Amino acid sequence: MKRHKSLLISWEALLVLLLLIGVVIGSVLSPYFLSGFNFYALTSNIMEIAIMALPMTLIIIAGEIDLSVASVLGLASVVLGLLWESGHPMWLAIGVALLVGLVAGGLNGLLVTKLALPSLVITIGALALYRGLAYVVLGDQAVSDFPSSFTNLGFGTIPGTEIPWSGLIFAILVVIFVAVLHFSRLGRQLYAMGNNKEAARFSGVNVSRVKLMLFMLSGVIAALAGVIFTARFSSARPDNALGFELAVVTVVLLGGVNIFGGRGSLLGVVLAIFIVAVLQDVLNLLNISGDIQSLAIGLLLVLSVLGPNLARRIQVVITHRRLAAGSSMQS
Amino acid sequence: MTTTGQEVEPAKQRSRVGQARLPGQVSRVRELGLLIVLLFIVLIVGIQAPRFLSIDNFEQILLSVAILAIVAVGETLVVLTRNVDLSVGSMVGITAFVTAYFFKQLPGINLLLGILLGCALGLVLGMVNGLIVSFGRVPAIVATLGTLYVYRALVFIVAANTTTQVNASDVPAGYLALATTQIFGIPALILIAAVVAVIVGYFLHASQSGRQLYAVGSNPDAANMIGIRRDRLVFAVFAASGLLCGLAGVLWGARFATVDATDATGLELQVIAAVVVGGVNIFGGSGTILGAVLGAIVLGTLQNALNILNISQFWLQALYGAAIIVAVVLDAFITRWVQRTLLSRRKKA
Repeated sequence: MKRHKSLLISWEALLVLLLLIGVVIGSVLSPYFLSGFNFYALTSNIMEIAIMALPMTLIIIAGEIDLSVASVLGLASVVLGLLWESGHPMWLAIGVALLVGLVAGGLNGLLVTKLALPSLVITIGALALYRGLAYVVLGDQAVSDFPSSFTNLGFGTIPGTEIPWSGLIFAILVVIFVAVLHFSRLGRQLYAMGNNKEAARFSGVNVSRVKLMLFMLSGVIAALAGVIFTARFSSARPDNALGFELAVVTVVLLGGVNIFGGRGSLLGVVLAIFIVAVLQDVLNLLNISGDIQSLAIGLLLVLSVLGPNLARRIQVVITHRRLAAGSSMQS
Repeated sequence: MTTTGQEVEPAKQRSRVGQARLPGQVSRVRELGLLIVLLFIVLIVGIQAPRFLSIDNFEQILLSVAILAIVAVGETLVVLTRNVDLSVGSMVGITAFVTAYFFKQLPGINLLLGILLGCALGLVLGMVNGLIVSFGRVPAIVATLGTLYVYRALVFIVAANTTTQVNASDVPAGYLALATTQIFGIPALILIAAVVAVIVGYFLHASQSGRQLYAVGSNPDAANMIGIRRDRLVFAVFAASGLLCGLAGVLWGARFATVDATDATGLELQVIAAVVVGGVNIFGGSGTILGAVLGAIVLGTLQNALNILNISQFWLQALYGAAIIVAVVLDAFITRWVQRTLLSRRKKA
């Protein structure tokens, strides 16, 4: 247990180091890197992913996964657009979009808990289903005539600062999620479920109910990210945030969360979010297109798991050799 | 551990007969069920639109399914070992683009050489996946989610440095003929897919390594204990999946003639839908090639039916998603049902 903890701390130290390296490279590449506007640009670019990464962290720690988040974002976005276009007030459109997220997440959760089905397959199916429904609802159209009071939420900043409104939402959510995961009974139950579901159940955790809640939470938060995304681009399209689930899973795993559950911290995930944001920004400064940027994200995802694994293997080999050498000396 | 796995556990422990029978029984029920579903779709759509039932249309369906089926065969091998390969769409995309570009640059080159190049490229990409998963100990879903994006980015890099699009007029007619040639009146594309399915199906059914794949998927640790070289097998199935994606990519370029860097994006969803609908257990150990191919045919038939019934193609993706979910739900029920029947039969005996 202690060993795990020390490994985890060193992983987070490594992330801090990575982040610093990224910032140094960025400021060498461009005098504008450390400017307030660039901070605004790189933060607002990643906020939807950052927000969705919070419930994803909890879900993965509890031993499940939700690959449908980007599709829920897209579906919520088109529902919002359609309602606004057909003359409903904005608060109602946003409310219904969030409700759609809740229902979508709830359906995932019910299938995973009540029917005891693997969340990996269910949410791959849901990924296609919800994205497909987004296309069914809006076709290849787009809604873009949103009021400025709404789009300001997307590209505006908190008055007097360079922090986007979405950054404020993220900060509030981080505080809540950290309190739940690291300082509450529910948080400890999540780790217990991820480590050993049966043991968690026998020690009185209502595994099904907690998991259902997690998936519903993930749905609502993804829909919230959809509202922010729609405001930021002033556009509701069925292909909004297509493929974002990769980035969300990447930041969570890069943050040191174990894909099989039971281990990880939000500090690591938040650090990973900013590493990916800085990386994207640096690649933008180098004029590398978004299609090719995914090379870096994909590599980061694989290396974030491969690196520690290889390090551990080498460590085991070295220990074995040392032990072998020690025992041969004794005999 | 999976919950479905745990449901099966008690039956396995109580009855050795049940242990041997359960996967086979489930597969048989699944394939029969799938055939009935297929016939049902054909009947319903056929009544609404008689031209759906023409031989011509059946050929059209099989043509549209051939490439998907080849990739699904490879995916089945991977899934049987309790892994998954999400990078198939990117592998098909990169081999299609590179092969088409190769033929554009060297129109006089031997056809076979181009085909081999595409297959070899797929094989190498698959081997990279295999190395990361089996020797790097990275969970397959993480590794192949990563390479999905890495390989796709590679296509964009290749395209950025060569040409944005290869057109039908750029490549030799001999290459395009791969998709249009008929042998004994049957399109070559369908024959190639059938041959691939039969060879891999036979290997899986009759060879020692084939049976070992099922063992690795049902219980990886036990498989290791009885001396099955798990790492090698897992490496091999990812390599095989890459190889088949390479072949599929070569055929993709020939069939669609116009290829750009985005080709075959999202194909992995259709492939996983085909495999899951075909009754291959996503947690390994049970499923057949026949099932996966039937799954692909059901999806192709649905797509064709949408067309014929003039329903918007926008429904297609939602339908695939629903098909995956319904298939998994049904699987859970069938497994429980077969298990219960076997148990009660054993009690009577």
